[in-house]
Amino acid sequence: MRKELGIFLLLAALCAVVAVVNPRFLGAANLQNMARLIGMYGIFSIGLGIVIITGGIDLSVGSIFALLGVVLAMLLTDQGWPGPLGAITVVAGSMGLGLLHGLLITRIGLQPFIVTLCGLLFYRGLARFVAEDETKGFGSARGFETLQSAATESVLGVPMPFVLLLVIAAIMWVVLHRSVYGRYLFAVGKNEEAARYSGVRTRRIITGAYVISGALAGIAGVLIAFYTNSIAPSTHGNFNELYGIAAAVLGGCSLRGGEGSILGILIGTALLQVLQNLVNLLGIPSSLNFAVMGAVILVGVIADELFKRRPSKGLSNAIS
Amino acid sequence: MTITPPVLEMAGITKRFSGVVALDQVNLTVGQGEVVALIGENGAGKSTLMKILGGVHAPDAGTIRVGGTPVIIRSVGDAMARGIGFVHQELNVLDNLDIAGNVFLGREPVHGGPLRLIDRKRLHAETDALLERLGIGVSSRTSLAALSLAQRQMVEIARALSQNARLVLMDEPTSSLTLSETERLLQVVTELRAQGVSIIYISHRLGEVEQIADRVEVLRDGKNAGTLTGEGIRHDALVTLMVGRDIAAADKAQAAATKTPRFQVRGLQTARYPERTVSFSIGAGEILGFAGLVGAGRTEVAQALFGVERARGGSVLLDNKAISITSPQDAIASGIYLIPEDRRRFGLITDMVLRENVTLPALRRVAPAGLIQRGAEQETARNACGSLNVKAPSVEATASTLSGGNQQKVVLAKWLSLGPKVLLFDEPTRGIDVGAKAEIYEQMRTLARAGAAILMISSDMEEILHVSDRVAVMHEGGITGVLDRADFSEEAIMRLAVGRTEKAKAVAAA
Repeated sequence: MRKELGIFLLLAALCAVVAVVNPRFLGAANLQNMARLIGMYGIFSIGLGIVIITGGIDLSVGSIFALLGVVLAMLLTDQGWPGPLGAITVVAGSMGLGLLHGLLITRIGLQPFIVTLCGLLFYRGLARFVAEDETKGFGSARGFETLQSAATESVLGVPMPFVLLLVIAAIMWVVLHRSVYGRYLFAVGKNEEAARYSGVRTRRIITGAYVISGALAGIAGVLIAFYTNSIAPSTHGNFNELYGIAAAVLGGCSLRGGEGSILGILIGTALLQVLQNLVNLLGIPSSLNFAVMGAVILVGVIADELFKRRPSKGLSNAIS
Repeated sequence: MTITPPVLEMAGITKRFSGVVALDQVNLTVGQGEVVALIGENGAGKSTLMKILGGVHAPDAGTIRVGGTPVIIRSVGDAMARGIGFVHQELNVLDNLDIAGNVFLGREPVHGGPLRLIDRKRLHAETDALLERLGIGVSSRTSLAALSLAQRQMVEIARALSQNARLVLMDEPTSSLTLSETERLLQVVTELRAQGVSIIYISHRLGEVEQIADRVEVLRDGKNAGTLTGEGIRHDALVTLMVGRDIAAADKAQAAATKTPRFQVRGLQTARYPERTVSFSIGAGEILGFAGLVGAGRTEVAQALFGVERARGGSVLLDNKAISITSPQDAIASGIYLIPEDRRRFGLITDMVLRENVTLPALRRVAPAGLIQRGAEQETARNACGSLNVKAPSVEATASTLSGGNQQKVVLAKWLSLGPKVLLFDEPTRGIDVGAKAEIYEQMRTLARAGAAILMISSDMEEILHVSDRVAVMHEGGITGVLDRADFSEEAIMRLAVGRTEKAKAVAAA
């Protein structure tokens, strides 16, 4: 809980500063836009967080967005598939890729970093090939307005992606923090061998995490595709996996595994989007965008490390 | 007696940690060429005293004299500069270097010149000389990765000697060694003594202490509890001083074990020794000791029976019914549980709290519909820990904060509530103090009385002789003999452990 509090205070302070310097920050349009982005990024960040809790990593998310995006656009416009069928197909495809990653990691024993790095390269290349390196979009095609509205509309002023995020976060909170599966995830992340010696089916648990991450990346990918409405296969989704990893780590997930919370990931996601927004609103040259994010994340984790160190002093007591 | 002042003299050492007195006016003197054993239960203050000697903690009161001169020790480096070397329980050696590289790590002899290139010739010559002094028949160029645990320990000793240590502190040096390796180490200790090197020897194994110590200092609750010398160093006297009371000798194993075999293993083949098969049976209520040298394949048998390593062949019968075990889930479903050798790696998730550890194997029992009921979970954990007398502030304590003995009880607590039919203990009391040991033996006996079949792998000869109803001895993947209680003796077991079967009874293959 303390970990979330620290990052939450950082978020609150940042919001306060931006709001004071540029009151437009609190304008309805700006908040709405931010909430929409938080919604889309938050959904796949949760998936990444769960993978990280098992001690793994998923670098392929951004490329999966590109691949899903062009496939979805082509299915709906060129092939004339009904919207829901197209969406379900690509989400299922994304889950399939997650399953593949999970099996390569648990059955063949490859390192998650390597497997998903290969995915990052492979899916990007595949997306460009499938789209013949042309930007794909949904143009003026009809028949999937309801689906589109999930990315672009709002209910009672709250953007749909944000609402979706809240629903997904609630479900995943129960899964991670209350269910048997969630406990197994933490156990596997902390000590896979000891979990196995306790009868936990560790390979299934880990594979499951990649499938969940695939599912959430699929949902987020569909939303992002509709949101941008134009998918350039060579750039769509670039670096997005790093946003997710950064959000999870800022939110308290340890890359060593076994630590993290849904609440932390949500706050981490929000923090990153506020930072993006800050660059725009404070008139910082947008070329510095990544530099600002990198610096703030670094300061955040240093502060966290220093906080952690202090109370552990004096614990080196006499128990031999 | 002699004019030379003692090598080490610690007097009136007192240390408090946030108000709690860890050491209270403790004295410890070590003469030249003297082997002093320092014993006491966990928490008695041995480690604190040694950390003060190593400069990790500063004493609140008291003086330390080395060779008669008062000194202040601020770091391990300080201690080494004054001729005190340390051989730790957890080995501090680097796998990726050779022996010479480890022995002289940080103090490599260098050629002159700005590049400070390592003088390899001198490095190896000096290391080889040390290895010879210790009587290890390996070259200084051998990679650490190729060495056994015992040999690595010798490397640590060589490192201490390379710094001209006049006093070497050994903290539980034999806790992971086999019987023959232990013998070798004790021999080295004796040789070092003859060379005038003094030794502080910390161990829970009282047999070793009896064998080599010139003097024993016993600590209890942070105070000197007594000193024994020469003939006075006897097992019962040591125990009495350590615990401050007489431990009722754990009830001798009883032949009351029923003869009906509860657990039968036939022709088991492990991946480590595919050409050998292992067969044995354990009756309900029986404790079968598994003796042998490390590497004899005992752990592999236990791992195959628990399903963490797949067996190459063989069959397993539980209550005369054949069962198939290909995963830990299979074993657990049949009521066969393993208490593994390395509890911090395999037995527990040390970063998790006791509650989470205890309920992990049967989480679904406290999670109807897949959602964990915190109240039920806590109660389960509390009951399990309570019945084993685990000493912890609460079930919400992190497992890593517990002592070794209490951690082992938590591992046991995981299985206890599941109604064990067969328990496989692998080195159940390694690194555990006398008090907790007695409790674990008692618990094993209680489980046996309730009808469980118990397999106990142990490299501790006292433990094997004391706890087992029968002893099976393994050598290079096969069972060389099974001894009944009447035939128990250290010699008989050792003979079988090194593979001499001629004098043993015919193997009672089930």
